[in-house]
Amino acid sequence: MQVIPVQAVHRGFGTTSRRDNWWAAPLGVFFGLLVFLVYVNWAMFQGEHYTFGPYLSPFYSPELWGSSPHAWFGEYPPFWPSFIPFSPALLILPFPAGFRFTCYYYRGAYYKSFWADPVSCAVGEPRKSYRGENSFPLIIQNIHRYFLYAALVFIFLLAYDVWLAMWWDTGVAGEKEFGIGLGTLIMLANVVLLAGYALGCHSLRHIVGGRQDEVSKSPVADACYSCTSSFNGRHQLFAWASLTSVMATDIYIRLCSMGIISDPRLL
Amino acid sequence: MKATFQIWRSEPGGAGALESYTTEISEGMVVLDAVHKIQAEQSPDLACRWNCKAGKCGSCSAEINGQPKLMCMTRLNSLDLTQPVTVEPMRAFPIIKDLVTDVSWNFRVKKGLKKFKPRAVRPEEHGTWRMAQRDVDRVQEFRKCIECFLCQDVCHVLRDHGKHEEFIGPRFLLYSAQLEMHPLDTDDRLADLKHKNNIGYCNITKCCTKVCPEHIHITDNAIIPLKERVVDRYYDPVTKLLRMITG
Repeated sequence: MQVIPVQAVHRGFGTTSRRDNWWAAPLGVFFGLLVFLVYVNWAMFQGEHYTFGPYLSPFYSPELWGSSPHAWFGEYPPFWPSFIPFSPALLILPFPAGFRFTCYYYRGAYYKSFWADPVSCAVGEPRKSYRGENSFPLIIQNIHRYFLYAALVFIFLLAYDVWLAMWWDTGVAGEKEFGIGLGTLIMLANVVLLAGYALGCHSLRHIVGGRQDEVSKSPVADACYSCTSSFNGRHQLFAWASLTSVMATDIYIRLCSMGIISDPRLL
Repeated sequence: MKATFQIWRSEPGGAGALESYTTEISEGMVVLDAVHKIQAEQSPDLACRWNCKAGKCGSCSAEINGQPKLMCMTRLNSLDLTQPVTVEPMRAFPIIKDLVTDVSWNFRVKKGLKKFKPRAVRPEEHGTWRMAQRDVDRVQEFRKCIECFLCQDVCHVLRDHGKHEEFIGPRFLLYSAQLEMHPLDTDDRLADLKHKNNIGYCNITKCCTKVCPEHIHITDNAIIPLKERVVDRYYDPVTKLLRMITG
């Protein structure tokens, strides 16, 4: 039988016969991620207005060193070079940022919207050469599971922050009373959405059971695999919902701290 | 009601172009019906591959308005008929004539993959293999594939970068997952997946999943789990260490 050799035909950037608004989704993702990146970089270097009463912004949690009462070890880390301005968030954010940057969902999303690789399905690309995640630098994406381990620790820390956000100073030294403000509920919603995102992680799904061919032989692994699989089916939804909620929580606490809005006390 | 179709016409070895055909359409028609009508009434030399007309044989794959689809499963009432409907062959494969492409590369790739190698039947299994339904369900999803090769067509690694010699494409990553995750299979495909089949070329854009007419979760359930198994073997030092300790 005659075999026709397959030849690559490079089509110009954006070349397609598609009639739908194929550019809308990558453009939306581009602006969505851009807004978040700009905000998080701005908020990270502020170093103030990240607490209000018992609330602590998720960008600054855990506050290892810092000037607020939430700080664990004091005001200033002894190892920090004096020529770099310090903000507590600088020690925290690389971990959740790495988790999102190497996340399978976000990878697919930003390869399209930021690298145009491809910009959309069945649409021509700007570059002719391609190495994918086969070699440096994108081969580093395989580190994702290590960021996952850090992200899981952060879920517990943020859940603890919600607990702390229920205990308000009474004005008497060392005495606290139980109470729930709107900020407590916002922090709770944030940690639930972040947990939904982390529990749907593809690496977690693999680690808890997906790596086994006969997962049914281990009931615990089987249950964990079912649980992560159900979250995994909504991974994109949780990725965006948690991205929005973590930014909204920081904005809320920042505005309360600056006195621009007041935090209604519900209980 | 009349509708206009712009259908790709080309002769073997020659250049091609879109040609316009206007034909009468009726309720319930799919794109393949319109192509057959044009073939019957206006252009008997128009070449198209088809067989079941039920979305199960995977023969009538084409690009309709630029989107990889099965012609037999694309109803005309789902398209904007105020503009001409373009019908083109799959762009990731060489065109034989008109809408017919040479997909034989896929069959050559499949021949090069390791075959199913089941373990021996255990004495307590009474002469036949026993598997938990739960474990089989996972690979059963992959067996829905009808080999329409729309996923191969839309994959930019093949379509735009022409890595046919280095990359096996989503269809055969799915096939590899089907065997690699099978509860009975004993062979090891991870070295091939990393070095020979270059699973690392996949950058998870999920285009393959979007075009799959069988709605198989190709990326989430097959490719990413395989990528994770490759990470276990080649990139995760802790897993490597544990494997060295536990054997």
